[in-house]
Amino acid sequence: MINLIYLTVLLPLVGFLINGVFGRKIKNEKIVGAIGAGAVGISFLIVVGAFFQTVGLPVEQRSNTVELFTWLSVAGLQVKFAYLVDQLSLTMALIVTGVGFLIHVYSIGYMHGDKGFWRFFAYLNLFIFAMMNLILGDNFVVLFLGWEGVGLCSYLLIGFWYDRKFEKGTTSQAAKKAFVVNRIGDFGFLLVMFLIYLTFDSLNFKEVFAKAASFPIAESTFGMIAIFLFIGATGKSAQIPLFVWLPDAMAGPTPVSALIHAATMVTAGVYMVSRASIIFAGAPAVMMIVAVVGLLTAILAASIGLVQNDIKKVLAYSTVSQLGYMFLAAGMGAFSASIFHVMTHAFFKALLFLGAGSVIHGMHEEQNIQKYGGLKKYMPRTYLTFFIATMAIAGVPGLSGFFSKDEILWNAYANGGFVFWLVGMITAMMTAFYMFRLLSLTFYGKERFDHHHIHPHESPAVMTVPLMVLALLSIIGGYIGLPKVFVGEHGNLFESWLEPIYEPAMRKLAHFGSHSHFEEILLMAVSVALALSAIYFALNVYKNKPEFAEKVSVKFSGLYKLLLNKYFIDEVYEAAIVQPIQKGSEKLLWKVADVTLIDGAVNGLAKLIDRISGSLRKIQSGIAQSYALIMMGGIALVILWLILSL
Amino acid sequence: MSSVPMEYYLILSAFMFCVGVAGVLIRRNAIIVFMCIELMLNSANLTLVTFSSYLGNSIGQIFVFFVMTVAAAEAAAGLAIIIAIFRNKKTVNIDEINIFKW
Repeated sequence: MINLIYLTVLLPLVGFLINGVFGRKIKNEKIVGAIGAGAVGISFLIVVGAFFQTVGLPVEQRSNTVELFTWLSVAGLQVKFAYLVDQLSLTMALIVTGVGFLIHVYSIGYMHGDKGFWRFFAYLNLFIFAMMNLILGDNFVVLFLGWEGVGLCSYLLIGFWYDRKFEKGTTSQAAKKAFVVNRIGDFGFLLVMFLIYLTFDSLNFKEVFAKAASFPIAESTFGMIAIFLFIGATGKSAQIPLFVWLPDAMAGPTPVSALIHAATMVTAGVYMVSRASIIFAGAPAVMMIVAVVGLLTAILAASIGLVQNDIKKVLAYSTVSQLGYMFLAAGMGAFSASIFHVMTHAFFKALLFLGAGSVIHGMHEEQNIQKYGGLKKYMPRTYLTFFIATMAIAGVPGLSGFFSKDEILWNAYANGGFVFWLVGMITAMMTAFYMFRLLSLTFYGKERFDHHHIHPHESPAVMTVPLMVLALLSIIGGYIGLPKVFVGEHGNLFESWLEPIYEPAMRKLAHFGSHSHFEEILLMAVSVALALSAIYFALNVYKNKPEFAEKVSVKFSGLYKLLLNKYFIDEVYEAAIVQPIQKGSEKLLWKVADVTLIDGAVNGLAKLIDRISGSLRKIQSGIAQSYALIMMGGIALVILWLILSL
Repeated sequence: MSSVPMEYYLILSAFMFCVGVAGVLIRRNAIIVFMCIELMLNSANLTLVTFSSYLGNSIGQIFVFFVMTVAAAEAAAGLAIIIAIFRNKKTVNIDEINIFKW
């Protein structure tokens, strides 16, 4: 099965080609959907097969390379199109194809009747193709191919309903924003590839990381590489300062938000940081930057999420916040904890988005949670699964989110210090609060929608079954990564599975302080207590006393407005970056540099030549004698010159 | 023969050549221009013959025969062209024949 891994990339590509080329002709939604979902489903089965085969191998043989062909061969640079099948890439591949398959199935129901049905599935398949390249690539170039590919698909899918309005603009503008912001990160990634090639003389993961682990390379070099890698990651994974595109990416259809902007693509940055762990381990200062940026992103996004009223916006900020957690973990050197959170987050956040999609579907495209309320009895299955996911993300003990978040918080405390833990803890409280606010406003309380026009209904089975599967995963997904404090040194299956990947980095870091079990359990108890009290508070306020929330928002109207307008970050960017670039391009580059200088120089030269030849032309009078006169004059001059030079 | 110095012939030849040049540049009638060209050719011939005689080398005289042959052919072709132009434009004034321009 490991040797067949290329099929997991090829099948979605084939699905994309079939649906993309013939989709319009096929017309039958069932066939289009079956091709799209089937391609990913088979890929998933192959990944599962490869996974079990790899598990069966001894630890030192678990990293296998599947070479397909030589892609580039220029002088000393050899780039092979090869896939690296190891513990990390398999974990990611399982998430992408598994969750991806469920979302494909869900989309058959969600996109039913859309005129772009075939286009949607073609794009989704193309996305899986690109994402698999990103994950499986065994060198930076293949990774970059996938990296750009997922960016393209993200652009295409955010602007999928290109004729619809979105907030103040159109979905195309949101798509463009995502693309442009991502380009900034991609620029960092490109630079880092050059740097890596200069430093290590190779772009292959194994060679680069082996050299990084053994060669005496200056910390500043590692720092440069790591910082540019991280800039690349901030673009794709929506971290400060490049997170502004993700909330706008909600302009796309909800399954897209679930697949690309929650479960898979946005975790690409985390994957890359985790893959290059050895490089980050060589640059402790950059690790600190990663952790701080992650932490700040987490709390910033969570605080914005507290007051948003669009169901998808809340989830979008929640995603940004959770991604911040992942980078916090990576920055703390807890790479396996960050990937663990990638996995559990993929389950519950995909479920939340799909649940939100189900609600939006049942409420006739209404997305404002203030206009929901009391939907519990109309959508029992959606409610139940949504409830499970909400508990998981809020960190209720026993569900997947609890284990992964707790591991991150513990690492933040153990390797970072009390402040890191405290900020992470406050973020976790905010998370619990805004998620239960969302849950209460949507499913509990008074029905605030217009009964004459909106008749809430449960979604069909093709949508609710994926929800149930994801709900199950959200519950049990955490048990493969139980905290060491409960199950002993080798009890955390997830961590021991990924351990060989991070082993070189861990040897370099080796900064785990000793903390007593008592401390860990105490912190865990505190975090659970705080999360539960936040949940209780949110439920109490939004279920029973909605007027209290109103009062608070009036009393702290300054803060409320600040949060509601997302700290005016979009406005600041608009004024500080977008406008100057736009104005500068128009006034200086276009009007002055292009029109005056370049066009002026070219046109001026042409005009000059035109003038000179215009006057030279007059010499040609057509009268033969004048030509003869000039000839004679010339001959006379030549003779004169000959005589004088004798 | 030897009583007349070579310079006399050469001065005569140069004078004839200058008359020819002046005629080509100044006169308007194409036939006269044509005749002036012949004058220039013959002044060149005179120079050749002069040097041939003074240097005792017959190559110059042989060369003159060739020049005369070519000049005869050229005269035939040139006169034909002048006649053709006259038929078209009813004039042989070369300042009126100025179609060779932009």
